[in-house]
Amino acid sequence: MNYLDQLESESIHIMREVAGQFERPALLFSGGKDSITLVHLALKAFRPGKLPFPLVHIDTGHNFQEVLNFRDKLAAQIGEKLIVRHVEDTIREKKLKEPTGRNATRNGLQTFTLLDAIEEWEFDACIGGARRDEEKARAKERVFSVRDEFGSWDPKRQRPELWNLYNGRIHKGENVRVFPISNWTELDVWNYIRREKIELPSIYFAHERELLIRDGKLMATAGGVIKPEADDQVVRRNVRFRTVGDISCTAASESKAATLDSVIAEIQATRISERGETRMDDQLSEAAMEDRKKGGYF
Amino acid sequence: MDLLRFITAGSVDDGKSTLIGRLLYDSKSILTDQLEAIERASKSRNDGSIDLALLTDGLRSEREQGITIDVAYRYFQTPKRKFIIVDAPGHIQYTRNMVTGASNCQLAIVLVDARLGVVEQTRRHSLIASLLGIPHLVVAINKMDLVGYSQDVYSDICIHYADLAKKLNAHQVTYIPMSALNGDNVVDRSTSMPWYEGPTLLDHLETVAINDESDGEPLDRHPARFPVQYVIRPQTAELHDYRGYAGKITSGLFRKGDSITILPSGATSTIEAIEVAEKHLDEAATPQSVILHLATDIDISRGDLIVRTERLPVTSQTVEAMLCWMDTKELKTGSKYILQVGTFRTRCSVREIAYQLNIETYEQIEGIDNLKLNDMAKVTLRTAQPISFDPYPKNRTTGGAILIDETSNVTVGALMLMGEV
Repeated sequence: MNYLDQLESESIHIMREVAGQFERPALLFSGGKDSITLVHLALKAFRPGKLPFPLVHIDTGHNFQEVLNFRDKLAAQIGEKLIVRHVEDTIREKKLKEPTGRNATRNGLQTFTLLDAIEEWEFDACIGGARRDEEKARAKERVFSVRDEFGSWDPKRQRPELWNLYNGRIHKGENVRVFPISNWTELDVWNYIRREKIELPSIYFAHERELLIRDGKLMATAGGVIKPEADDQVVRRNVRFRTVGDISCTAASESKAATLDSVIAEIQATRISERGETRMDDQLSEAAMEDRKKGGYF
Repeated sequence: MDLLRFITAGSVDDGKSTLIGRLLYDSKSILTDQLEAIERASKSRNDGSIDLALLTDGLRSEREQGITIDVAYRYFQTPKRKFIIVDAPGHIQYTRNMVTGASNCQLAIVLVDARLGVVEQTRRHSLIASLLGIPHLVVAINKMDLVGYSQDVYSDICIHYADLAKKLNAHQVTYIPMSALNGDNVVDRSTSMPWYEGPTLLDHLETVAINDESDGEPLDRHPARFPVQYVIRPQTAELHDYRGYAGKITSGLFRKGDSITILPSGATSTIEAIEVAEKHLDEAATPQSVILHLATDIDISRGDLIVRTERLPVTSQTVEAMLCWMDTKELKTGSKYILQVGTFRTRCSVREIAYQLNIETYEQIEGIDNLKLNDMAKVTLRTAQPISFDPYPKNRTTGGAILIDETSNVTVGALMLMGEV
């Protein structure tokens, strides 16, 4: 059996385990390629039935407009429920202090909104599009990752996970983060998108836009999220985004690749990893991701 | 392109990290920024040289202690095959994590230090690979540079290990002399060991036949098994009578028109349709995820097992199993747990510990009535409801089960079901 078929079947199996084992699951949807792939897999797992979970988006208020439009269009197209919760509301209600300064991002504040949403809707399982090849702490995490009532991941207390048996039994207040595409690589996702003809937001393909060059990275000026400083050079370039996160922490790649084939060819040829090229938030320390996960992050 | 999952267990001292680093580096699977990050971290540790273990040990506590504690998964591919490396700890106190990692692998690399030969750790890792039913073993005789690339040393270790392999009933064993540090016989052929004519490690990984079970029977002769995960019932006007059983075929092959039996009830029916992504197929085989439709309306829900009637599994309430105990709380004879096999869960009690297996000497110790973390034992279980399974040595997917603690909800044991008593 072809490896993409194997990976697809494994992911569908995991999604169905979620539906079979939990009362109130949710699929965390960001509008990025990985969560779009998750939606596609969920449709394969449950059609012609309805999805047994809503799509949930934690909106930092710093998202690309193209991605938000795509999110709404996709939810309408498939006729499934979309829940959006805003980090701005959490900041206001909880009087959270927003990070300020040069490379400030709301990425860390997302966790508060996510945990509130989990409480509000009593979600017992949240499906996410994290992959083990992304980052070294993620390479250690189980497919069913049990989180305590504070959302914390404890790497020393991970449950054994054998064969294709997943144990989703939890106490009230705990929840499980489930990662159906754990075993996919970045390239697997792209090849699958090509094979299945999955539509993506336009910012994944080369387009011209205004950016500023900061610390050697190309950051979008869209929405005024990043405030230009004196030494930032503002430029217009042909770029595409290799990952789609917050405007504040996602760098663009210079590119002329306007089609899926040419994007995949570029990713195949690159010698820099996905998060290394595009994410400012992982580069803070050697254990940045591990620490965020312990704090309840995805 | 196909996919091979293999495990390698050990720590820095065993040369595991160097071996994985070498495989990734020489197959050009480490990216520039990842290498730079390791270089930075190596420098901050003041030891000067690049420490490839920093690539594999992803947790802060692992890097601090210089050991692997939990399983990490690495991915790489060559033009011939895709690989998942299951990077597991080697220390005895993390045996349960190695067992977790081994359960899904088709091949295990057992690292042997050429200076030390076959030692306790070799015996332990080999036993786990064999108990977990991994079909292919590679004995990587590493650090050959430290024994002058001596063919005699290599041959002695092979002879010694063959003895062990016989005790374990391991059939497919491949011996490769290498120096992971210098790259001999990992990806590139060694020029220092012209006497060795076998494949390099990567050659072997790229060409070994991937078969999950060791009996080599054609797929449609394997028992056909389908644990029901979820029932799809849209209940809309146009799909009013639609009722599909969603699941993954864990063994064998199903065809439209097959006579099937539902376990544990024993009810029978025939397959009316096999559906994948809203298309109908005439047949489907493991490991496909599908939706089955049956000709008759019978009561089926999550936990039921649909099988082809011509070859039924074992169905019993009293079963024998090999158990790996995975909890810090001891198991005592008579304790009750939840047993999960496929999608089916039932309560069970551990009736008897026939013997505990010393995982280094392979000695069977009788008269035991409790098990501690990482102990292996042959046990007898009594289940509240009958369970259906195939003996683990014949089928790893349908013969594997877990024990769950009813109060902590933690997975506390791995079971390889052997048969009814």
